[in-house]
Parts: sequence; structure tokens; C-alpha cells
Amino acid sequence: MTRTLTALSARRRHPLAVVVLIALALLLVGGLYAAVAPRDAQASTSAASADDIEAGKKLFLANCATCHGLNAQGGNVVEGKVAGPSLIGVGAASVDFQVGTGRMPLAQSAAQAPEVSKIRFSQEQIDQMGAYIASLAPGPAVPTDEELDVSGVSDEQLARGASIFRTNCAMCHNFAGKGGALTAGKYAPDLTDTSAKHIYEAMVTGPQSMPVFNNNTISPEDKTAIIAWLTQQEKRPDPGGLTVGSIGPVSEGIVAWIAGIGILIGCSVWLGMKSS
Amino acid sequence: MSTIDKVAGGVGNFADDTVGASKVVNGFARKIFPDHWSFMLGEITLYSFVILLFTGTFLTFFYEPSAAETTYVGNYAPLAGQHVSEAYASSLRLSFDVRGGLIMRQVHHWAALVFVAATIVHMARVFFTGAFRKPREINWVIGAILAILAVFEGFTGYSLPDDLLSGTGIRIAQAIILAVPVVGSYISFFLFGGEFPGQDFIPRFFTIHILLLPAIMLALIVVHLMLVVVHKHTQYPGPGRTEDNVVGFPLFPVYMAKAGGFFFIVFGVIALIAGLVSINPIWAYGAYDPSPVTAGSQPDWYMGWLDGAVRLMPGWFEFNLLGFTFSMNIFIPTTVVILFTMGVLCLYPWIEQAATGDRREHHLLDRPRNQPTRTGLGVMALTFYVLLWISGGNDIIAHMMGLSINDITRFLRVAVFVLPALAFVITKRICLGLQRKDREKALHGRETGRIVRLPHGEFIEVHAPLTEVERWTLVQHDSFRPMEIEDRLDAGNPSSLYGKVQRRLSKFYFEDRVEPVTPAELAASHHDHHGEVEGGHHDAVDAGNNPAIGTSQTLHG
Repeated sequence: MTRTLTALSARRRHPLAVVVLIALALLLVGGLYAAVAPRDAQASTSAASADDIEAGKKLFLANCATCHGLNAQGGNVVEGKVAGPSLIGVGAASVDFQVGTGRMPLAQSAAQAPEVSKIRFSQEQIDQMGAYIASLAPGPAVPTDEELDVSGVSDEQLARGASIFRTNCAMCHNFAGKGGALTAGKYAPDLTDTSAKHIYEAMVTGPQSMPVFNNNTISPEDKTAIIAWLTQQEKRPDPGGLTVGSIGPVSEGIVAWIAGIGILIGCSVWLGMKSS
Repeated sequence: MSTIDKVAGGVGNFADDTVGASKVVNGFARKIFPDHWSFMLGEITLYSFVILLFTGTFLTFFYEPSAAETTYVGNYAPLAGQHVSEAYASSLRLSFDVRGGLIMRQVHHWAALVFVAATIVHMARVFFTGAFRKPREINWVIGAILAILAVFEGFTGYSLPDDLLSGTGIRIAQAIILAVPVVGSYISFFLFGGEFPGQDFIPRFFTIHILLLPAIMLALIVVHLMLVVVHKHTQYPGPGRTEDNVVGFPLFPVYMAKAGGFFFIVFGVIALIAGLVSINPIWAYGAYDPSPVTAGSQPDWYMGWLDGAVRLMPGWFEFNLLGFTFSMNIFIPTTVVILFTMGVLCLYPWIEQAATGDRREHHLLDRPRNQPTRTGLGVMALTFYVLLWISGGNDIIAHMMGLSINDITRFLRVAVFVLPALAFVITKRICLGLQRKDREKALHGRETGRIVRLPHGEFIEVHAPLTEVERWTLVQHDSFRPMEIEDRLDAGNPSSLYGKVQRRLSKFYFEDRVEPVTPAELAASHHDHHGEVEGGHHDAVDAGNNPAIGTSQTLHG
């Protein structure tokens, strides 16, 4: 018994060993996290100057705060509905997408915010608002030029992008990115004229009904490949002729009935006219 | 005699001596067919079927009916290096690398859509003109079976390229099979050789698509056409046309030329569409994989009504009993709807026979207005069918028109019952109105738009009397009355159940009716008009000698 205790005491750790161990473990975990964690988490506050943030805040207060709250904390609940969601942590990418596609500021409440061709802000103003929102809490950053550069995408990568699109996106946006209906008047918009930057931002921020595809779900390279497939129409030719909207058999049926049967009945009438 | 004449004579003699060709050729060449554009709708069906056989044969030379996995190495960049089935790879090879392959595939697919569409239009013509009546009931049934076989033939073909859309379609077909109570899962396992999708369905669907169904259809088409020859063609009513003759032109040379020319018109129109408009872009859909589904996954149009029915059916029709799941939410809008439609379609000639109690042969067609209830029922069925189509495309409509898909579905759930009933009533009323107009025309002549002021100050519009030829068509038809008023010889015993049903039906069909003009009425009207219309008009027709009116009178059973 005594011998056992002595042996134990001989191997007893220094009282501070636990503290040192915990400190080391924390350092390791923190270091690993910093190294491995999605880039988004540490994004976007650095580049913006304090002036930009200040200008962005002014624009925010003038144009967005009515619904999103004076501190972007979200609007008040009116008749069971939140006027506007909290923008803390949505990142500059959200601002760039929502304002840059004209969806925000929202003209009126409807099933979902429609894309509007008239953009109310300059890109500089949008960037300033983005900087302000990003300064509140980390969030997805506006994609860099390398992330949007599709020139280096090989055919195999493009095919992989197309395959990922079919698995994750086509169920709402249709096989050709032409969009489709969702429930209760909501819809997945047509992607054919959407810019590479906005497609990328939509994937990382998940606007409206769309899920978020962060960099763990779809890697930045795959996102670039998807964009390459979507935006390079010349790389996915349609050798069959007119695509009649690329919406599947519904338009084909309409063509068969109107053009096919219509012309043929016309011909029958023409052939049958002579005697009667 | 030139050499050519000698050779032709020799061949002719040989054919005549060996197989008795002259009788056959002579019989067919002199066969008379009546002339009307609506009689050519069936020809569109026949010719598109022939086009399908030609192009389909070409496609089989290059298509590989195998689900074995391979790597795509063709020219289409967005599929480079993808793991796909042999069936899909060979369909792409056929489209991109075989000379003329894509146009053949597109002609085949467009011809399929036109084939089924022409079938429906042809059936509608036969229905609305009463061409299914005795002795053609069996040919009507054969036609109905051909129509449903055409739908299945189309569906199996749509499934073969093994692209994402066709795989989704097969998955739904498998769901329909699974939803059949008790035996569904057994049939599914039998058909797919195990769990879905498995490796077996592509070669099996291929055999069904290129051998089994086309052989049955070809045989039925031959019988269908032979019966047209046996029964002789129906004709629209008109002067000189009776139940015992056929007024028209001989097969040779008139219809050989017309029909031959029309074949090339049909081929030309289909080839034109196929050359201009893309169909089933399998490269854009990508290879089949059970996990993804694309938005706007629709079947080809002829399956759209069933898809629409499924989309309308509320989900709560599914229940569990004795450890089994009964998916009535799928079973009712698919299998039950198909069986019900086919049942009613096939039985319709006898249903109407029960209502009319009329067992006579009919070779003169009805003008649709003269059968208001039948026409109303037909339009009712078509309205129901079209509403199901619309439901099948509800997501496309919602997206294109910015509507809520839920609202469309809710609206259609009501409309699918209300609008057909409304269509029935409206059509019947329009028919009755047109019959009244016909009566008016037969009795008082055509409105000329010329206003005459009579010496005593009254204004009248001058009506020009019809010629005999014009009047014939308006007064020749038979009019049925409900059996309560006028029992027919063929009617069943009133005290039997069949007799009772028959009387109910008869009342439903013929309670509202407009009687055709009788010779007495016509004579009376001429008498009335004597003072009004300028002299010399009324003497064109002597009612007593009018054969049309005479016929219509004798037909009143």
C-alpha cells in the first residue's frame, strides 16, 4: 500500500500541469480551427476602411433601417410578421446580392422579393453598405475575382459542376437553370442572365427560400465550375434547334399540338376542299 | 408493243396467274371512299406510325439497350468523364456522332407526339359524328385499345435514353405500379427484376418498345383498316347519300394520289418541326441518377393528364390496413382513372345503343348538333381531360404567370368537377340552338338582309328559300324521342332492370330535343309565306316530292 502511494506520488504531476495542458489544448484547437475553419468566418472586415463603414451606416440608416432596425438587429414584429430580418452576420455578400440585383430595398411585401432591373445604388454605395453590415459581425464576403474566374475550368471540372448543379440546384432552378415554381407563389428564378458574382453570392448566403451552400458543402472550386457551366452558354450547345424555353415536355407538347396537328389539320382541310 | 409494255404485261400475268392479283387489285382500285377533310385525321395517325417504324428501325442500329456503366468520352463537354449507362452513352453517340442521328431521333420523338395527338383527334371525330355506331362498335373498341397502347408505347420509348427525365418518369411509373393494392410490389419486382432501378428494365423496356407493343399495334392497325374496308367508309349526310351507298372517288387513282401525297405532307411537316425545334434534349438533362430531379419534370403530353390527376389528388387518401399500406392517393388518379376511362370509352357504343334502343346499321354520320347529349358528353370528357393537362403543367403555369401553385391546384380541384358539367350544359344548349336555327332555315329560308316595306307600312326582311340540296342536309336526320313517349321495337322490357335503366338513359339523352322539320310543317310554312315573300320563290320545292323530307319521315321508327 505504502509503496503504491509512493510510486504514485513520485509520478504526481506539477499542480500547474493541468493549466498548462488546458492552455496547450486550447491553443491547438484554436489553431486548428483557425487553419481549417471556412474562410467566411474570418472574412470581410479587413479591407473596408472606417470611412466606408461610416458611409455605409448612413446609407443603411436612410434606406434599410425602417424594416431592418436602427442597428440592423431586425425590425419590430407587426401583426405576427417581422418587418425585416436581422442583418447581423449576413455578411457583405448578402448585401451585394440583395441590393445588387434590385431585390432590396423591397418595393412591397409579396411571396418573395423579385429581381428588379433598376438598381437604386451605385456599386460603391453597395460596397459601403456591405462594409457596414460586415463590420457588425463576420459573414460571407463578396467573392474574389479568382473565385469568379472561369477561364481555368477544364471540361472535366465543368462536367462536375454540371453534375453538382443537377443534384443540388436543378430541382428548383430546372436542368437548364430556367427557374421553376415553389410553393405559394414563391419561385426559383431564371439563372440564365444572372452574373457570376450574384450566383456565387446566392450560393454562400442562401437568399429567400434557397439553402446555403457554404464552402464545406460545395467547395469554392466546384462553385466556380457550376458558374462556368451556367454562364458559358457556348460550352453547352443545343444542337437540336430551338429549345422552346428549355422547360421540358410541356412546351414540346404545345408545339406538337399547335404546330404539328394544327398544320396537318390545315393540310387535310386543304386536300379535302377540292370536291366539296 | 414496246419492251416495257411486254415486261409489264408479263409481270401482270404472272401475278394474276399465281396469286390472283387482278381480283384484289381490281377490287381495291375501285373501292370508293368519300371525300372530307375529317376522314384524313386517321391517315395522319397511320402515316406518323409508318414514320415511327422507319425512324425507329434506324435508331435501333445505334442504340445500346444496356444499363452497364461506362465513362462518357464523346464530344459534349459538359458530360466529359461522367459515369453513365451504355443506354445513355449510346443515345448521346447516336445524337452527336452518327450522321443524321439527331434528326432521326427528333423525327422519331416528334412523330410519336403527333401520332398520339392525331389518334385523339381522330377518335374525337369518330365520336362526335357517331361513326362508332353499329356495325362499327368493334372497330371503335380496337381504336380505343390502340390509343392506350400508343400511350404505353410512347412512354416506354421516352424511358429508353436513360436520361434524368426519363428515369424520373420510370420512377413515377414504378410508384404507380407499387400503389396497386396487394399485388403492386410483386408486379414491380417482377417488372424491374428486383428493386428499382436495377439493371433489367432498360433491355426489357427496349423489347417491349420495339417488339411487343409495335407488333400488337401493327396487327390491330391491320384489323382496324380491314374493318374499314369490310364496313365501307361512313359518309356525311347529303343528297344522294344513303345508308346503302358510298358517294366518293375510287381508291385508284384519286385516293392513291391523295393519300400518297398526304403521307409526304405528314412526313414533311414532322421533319420540318424536327429540323427546327429541339425535343427531349437528353444531353441537357444529364444521365439518370435516382437522387436528383429537375424542376419542371413532366412526362410527354399524352401522359400529362395522369400526372395532372396525381397532382390534384389530396395526400390523405393513403391508409394502413392489416399491415398493408393502401396508397389510394396514387392508385385512384392513375390505375383507376385509366381503367375507368378505357371502360367507358370501350362501352360507349353500347351505352348509347341502350339509350336509343336503336340496333340498325348506320353508315351516314351524324352532324354533331343533331346529337346534343352525345356532343355534350364528348365536350365534357374533353374538358375534364384538358383540365387534367393543365394540372399536369401547374408548376410551369405558376412560374410563367407568376401565380401560386397552391392556388392553381385548389382552383383545379373544384374546376375539374364543375367545368366539365358546365361544358356539358353549354354544349348541349348550343347544339339545340343550332338545331333551332336549322329548323328556321329549312322552314323560312336564308336571311338575305334585304328589308322590304310593304304597302301598308310594315317592314319585313326577305328570306330566300333554300335549294333542295341545301335543305336536305338540314332535314334528313333521324330524331329520337324518350322511350316514355315513343317506345322503340328494339327497346328492352320496361319492367326489367335493363329496361328501367334504358328508359332512364333514354330520358337523359332525348328529353331535350328539337324535332326536324316534317313535310307537313314545310308545306304549312310555304302557305304562310305566300303573301310575305315575293312570288316565284316558294315554288322551288314541292314538299310532297322532297326525298329528304320523305326519308326523314320514314325514319321515325
